[in-house]
Amino acid sequence: MNIHEYQGKEILKKYGVTIQRGIVADTPDSAIQAAKELQAETGTKWFVIKSQIHAGGRGKGKIRETGSHGVVLAKSIAEVPDKVKAILGGTLVTHQTGAEGKKVNKVLIAEDVYYPGEAQPKEYYLSILLDRSKACPVIMASTEGGMNIEEVAEEHPEKIIKEWIDPVVGLQPFQARKIAFALGWEGNAFKEGVRFINSLYTAYLGLDASMFEINPLLKTSDNKILAVDAKVNLDDNALYRHKDLAELRDITEEDPLEVEAGKAGLNYVKLDGNVGCMVNGAGLAMATMDIIKLSGGEPANFLDVGGGANAETVEAGFRIILKDPNVKAILINIFGGIVRCDRVANGVVEAYKKIGDIKVPIIVRLQGTNAEEGAKIIEQSGLKVFSAILLKDAAQRVKEVLS
Amino acid sequence: MSVLVNKNSRVIVQGFTGSEGSFHAGQMIEYGTNVVGGVTPGKGGSEHLGRPVFNTVKEAVEKTGADVSIIFVPPAFAADAIMEAVEAGIKVVITITEGIPVKDMMVAKKYLQNKGVKLIGPNCPGVITPGEAKVGIMPGFVFKKGRIGIVSKSGTLTYEAADQIVKAGLGISTAIGIGGDPIIGTPTKEAVELLMNDPETDAIVMIGEIGGNYEPVAARWIKEQGNKKPVVGFIAGQTAPAGRRMGHAGAIIGGAEDTAAAKMKIMEECGITVVDSPAEIGETMLKVLRSK
Repeated sequence: MNIHEYQGKEILKKYGVTIQRGIVADTPDSAIQAAKELQAETGTKWFVIKSQIHAGGRGKGKIRETGSHGVVLAKSIAEVPDKVKAILGGTLVTHQTGAEGKKVNKVLIAEDVYYPGEAQPKEYYLSILLDRSKACPVIMASTEGGMNIEEVAEEHPEKIIKEWIDPVVGLQPFQARKIAFALGWEGNAFKEGVRFINSLYTAYLGLDASMFEINPLLKTSDNKILAVDAKVNLDDNALYRHKDLAELRDITEEDPLEVEAGKAGLNYVKLDGNVGCMVNGAGLAMATMDIIKLSGGEPANFLDVGGGANAETVEAGFRIILKDPNVKAILINIFGGIVRCDRVANGVVEAYKKIGDIKVPIIVRLQGTNAEEGAKIIEQSGLKVFSAILLKDAAQRVKEVLS
Repeated sequence: MSVLVNKNSRVIVQGFTGSEGSFHAGQMIEYGTNVVGGVTPGKGGSEHLGRPVFNTVKEAVEKTGADVSIIFVPPAFAADAIMEAVEAGIKVVITITEGIPVKDMMVAKKYLQNKGVKLIGPNCPGVITPGEAKVGIMPGFVFKKGRIGIVSKSGTLTYEAADQIVKAGLGISTAIGIGGDPIIGTPTKEAVELLMNDPETDAIVMIGEIGGNYEPVAARWIKEQGNKKPVVGFIAGQTAPAGRRMGHAGAIIGGAEDTAAAKMKIMEECGITVVDSPAEIGETMLKVLRSK
């Protein structure tokens, strides 16, 4: 699960991670209030106004309606309301949101941390994530902060420091020191940096996080270390033991169809193609998408109905797929193991009749337990449904209905 | 021979009396698997499906001589169940449970390191050696006895592959569902290695998915070992969009080997016969064997 920057920062702060302070606002008026409070608290003269959406690239991204950037600077409280107005309610388009962009419902009014001083402020990169093949967390750090880390990894892999953490013994002080030395920190920055890395790792474990990305991490002109941005991703499987975190989910950031599918117990991902599909099992679902492509179509979605393909789930699946106007055909691919194909077939027929007027052709491929009985039920239903048993026959059917 | 499970395996079921455990234990017994008992803490001393129930795995092992465990325990308690099985001396631990927190799995995986244990899964369909033992949730009738091994990240796609192998007139030696979670006990390479060393397996079907680097690692190992047995491979997710399943920074560790296209290319370069379409697994295997 993803959460917003302002939420991530609040949680990290509880773990002693130093952050750029800020107050969230959802109207120009509350933004002024936030700026005043922030000034009283921190003494900041300038204010950074940051769009809160679940996507990166906000600074370079632009609000479609107004042309404002997603992150802007206000050099006085008086400048805040107009700058906030140009962002709130607008659609922010960044390289991560796709052309459709994301609506900005909230902004974070944050203190200016790039103030001048004895040293130049410098940006770094720091993240903690799971290394799957080593089955342990890895801390990644780089002196190339504020940049797209994937580009750094490609062009200057030597500039990425990696430190693997034993999940049982935890982060050791020497490991935090190694990272701090490698980043070139000295004096107060070194002390604060080591503490920052320790607190961040404690938070990573405590929150059951799957990824933290602090980019940029800043060394201020007075040698303090703090998180200017915080991307926090939590392990969905562990949310049952973090009820408070589960409440941070913002469904306005998610595709409405995907939210609806989730409520029906379906795993659905919307795509841009013209052939919908409904499959049991994630691997077979991806393979079915591949079959659609090889047959001359493009998959309109990923949809895994899971272990219990019955009349209700099939109906819910149909309704969700049919809401997508691009869908020209639907391929249902069920390999019946524990689920019997004749029951799935009855479910398809029942759902079809209940929904009524389905205009697109439907191909039903049922294989496994009672496959032949299932095919018979489909064929005798009198509905505009094609039946197949072998996967290659289903692929052929898709080709036919698309041509 | 065969690998991991066979007719001599003495199997216990952890989470025996729960609804999932009960149903699948019943199916396994019906298949002919030698299920010797089960474990449900607090229900020890009773009997379920005609088999004894124990409070602890240790007790179950002492009383029944069990050497294989299958776990249906709910996600919050599953990592604990894995470690309990390991501590009790079980050598093959097959975990069906889906949704175990990553943090728990990191600890469980570390716990079983260097203990000579094979953990299969979690979030997998299990292991079947047709005609001998089904220790999993797969439909047994699809898997006919033969000499083709299957290693797969996915459940129903494993059934699909087995069905095509059987329809091509071949059969299965052992099928291993390794599981689709970020942390699994036996990655592709380790599972393929078991089948490469199995005298009853002539060829291998290797099915992967986008994400992670298990398949490239396995492919390079196969090549290093001199391609001792023919391998037919398929990677699901050629049309899956980038960035939907994995976080931004997560893609770096897997590097450029994360996509289906990249994995398929590496596999081909390592001498694996890669199919574009999942509908062609069976026929391709037949062709590969005939051309030998």
